[in-house]
Amino acid sequence: MINTFKIALRNLKRYTRRTLLTSLLIIVGVVMVILFSGLSGSFKGMMIGQITDSNLAQMQIHKRGYVSSIDTMPLNLNLNQKGYKKIEKIIMQQPEVAAYAPRIKLGAMLSNFTETTNIRINAVDPEREVKVCPAIGDRILVKDKVKIFIKTGEVIIPEKLAKGMKIKEGNTVVIVANNREGSVNGLNFIVAGIIEDVLGPQGKEGYMHIDDARALLRMKEHEVTEVAIRLKNFDKLDTVFAYLKFDLAQHKNPKGEPAFEIHTWEKLSPFNNIAKMIDLMTVSMKTIMIAIVLISILNVMIMSVYERIREIGTMSAIGTGPGKIMALFLAEGFSLGVIGTLLGNVIGLGGIYLLNIYKIRFSFGRMDDLILSPVINFSELYWVSAIVLLVSVFASLQPAYKASKMEPVDALRHV
Amino acid sequence: MSLVIAEDVSKTYRSGEVKVEALKDLNFEIEPASFVSLVGPSGCGKTTLLNLVGCLDKPTRGKLVVSGEAVSALKRKEAAAFRGSVLGFIFQAFNLFPVLTAYENIEYPLVMIKNESKSKRKDMILNILEAVEMLEQKDKFPDQLSGGQKQRVAVARALVTQPKLVLADEPTANLDHNTALNVIRLMRRMRDDFGTTFLFSTHDPRIMHEAEVIHTLEDGRLIHMEQISDRGNTND
Repeated sequence: MINTFKIALRNLKRYTRRTLLTSLLIIVGVVMVILFSGLSGSFKGMMIGQITDSNLAQMQIHKRGYVSSIDTMPLNLNLNQKGYKKIEKIIMQQPEVAAYAPRIKLGAMLSNFTETTNIRINAVDPEREVKVCPAIGDRILVKDKVKIFIKTGEVIIPEKLAKGMKIKEGNTVVIVANNREGSVNGLNFIVAGIIEDVLGPQGKEGYMHIDDARALLRMKEHEVTEVAIRLKNFDKLDTVFAYLKFDLAQHKNPKGEPAFEIHTWEKLSPFNNIAKMIDLMTVSMKTIMIAIVLISILNVMIMSVYERIREIGTMSAIGTGPGKIMALFLAEGFSLGVIGTLLGNVIGLGGIYLLNIYKIRFSFGRMDDLILSPVINFSELYWVSAIVLLVSVFASLQPAYKASKMEPVDALRHV
Repeated sequence: MSLVIAEDVSKTYRSGEVKVEALKDLNFEIEPASFVSLVGPSGCGKTTLLNLVGCLDKPTRGKLVVSGEAVSALKRKEAAAFRGSVLGFIFQAFNLFPVLTAYENIEYPLVMIKNESKSKRKDMILNILEAVEMLEQKDKFPDQLSGGQKQRVAVARALVTQPKLVLADEPTANLDHNTALNVIRLMRRMRDDFGTTFLFSTHDPRIMHEAEVIHTLEDGRLIHMEQISDRGNTND
């Protein structure tokens, strides 16, 4: 085997220019995939981080049917205290859950005493909310980003509303809301800060303390609209989701249907579609790379076999079996793949390193000055390398087979 | 027992509708450790006959036995294995592997065909290199060797596996006369030293008379066989 590779490498060296050109093509393909995967992966990771850490959380549990009516924020689909306790019990059995927080979502009217408009409000327990959405403070403008970002009697207003109604930090506003029975109530609040929008329908909500929401809605018991969850390890999202879904499904409503529903951020944020597009583009890049490797190696191996027909005839004449001749050409194609993969990985990783030194800044939607820090994990490198090597062998198969099937008498006659 | 026995061997090629009878009902025998030349004008069938004896091609009719094996019945893979174990080849254009040194060219059949151990290989190669007087050039690549040196390496490669029969198709055609004579005498010396049978084709009269047995071919027929019995061992 070593000798087969020794001869293969010598043959590659023999046609130095062609080998360099083919390797260069493979290197370009591998580098493209590594850089694109690094950039797109970090963009995706950053955006998912923004969405889950500053607004949605990683998972949400609601009363069954709430998410399909999420735009109307129906108060009649709130979880009652008993239901919330059941959910709490299930969550606490999951060791992978880092934190969870109750929320009340409501639609209300906001008045600055001269103008009135609609506002969507996310009422939270601030101490618990920062544990499920640790980056929420980053979205709040003006106010100091402190751990307890809102107190009772305070409200945080979405940026667009504040701008449109000329509301500033420290102003007093009135928030009026209907409770589920239809009775109207209004309370005065101090504007504690202005919050930036994030992507998605839940990204344009104002914030108030959960106790204020209960008072505003005159709740008789501690109702909750949703329970937001954060995990210790985001990579285990799907596994924990499956466990929680199973446990929650054991609780039925009077109709015999599951009483609760659980969703990951993917079902709740439109960014998931963008993430899928990014994944699709990564697959496209890999397909292009496969095509580059396939065509370049196939081309070079066909030429190599054609140019060495007499040599193949000699090998065969002196007793080299068809299998060994085939192995020789496969080794040549494989070696080309190895050279391209190794150099491509080194250059690709160098590129990632440089991109981290010379940081890429960009804006996305209303989010400015975002910095891309591309990273590529070992498994991605492993798969890219494995694909290139497999394609290299696959591309060499036909020429190698052709070489092994040559009749020595014809091959020796070849001029 | 004869090393090669041909009984009514014929070979016909088809080129579209045209049939070309390259060999017609050949009958001959080659004794072990003999030094045999095939002579005749171009197109008389010398290369075709060597190809048949070398299991590179199959006769259309007749029976051909090499070293006790009916070679016409061998399948592709069996023929390759047979060539590797019983036969050695020397080519007109030397056909050395350009990416391998002289040493590695000789090593090739030991590695790729015989699977000999490294230490055994080394002894065998150094012995044969010494025998063909190419020890000093062992690390040179074919493009760094002269025609005569290349053919010496080719002779060594053909002999290193200790074959019973070495087939050489016009081994001296690409060499000047003196070098050609040296190569033929080297082949004879190898026959003397190792007892290997040599069958080579040539149309150079001075080279053909170095052989002990001369078979003359004309239009695919064996028309004459000359035994030169009084030739002793040759030193070049």
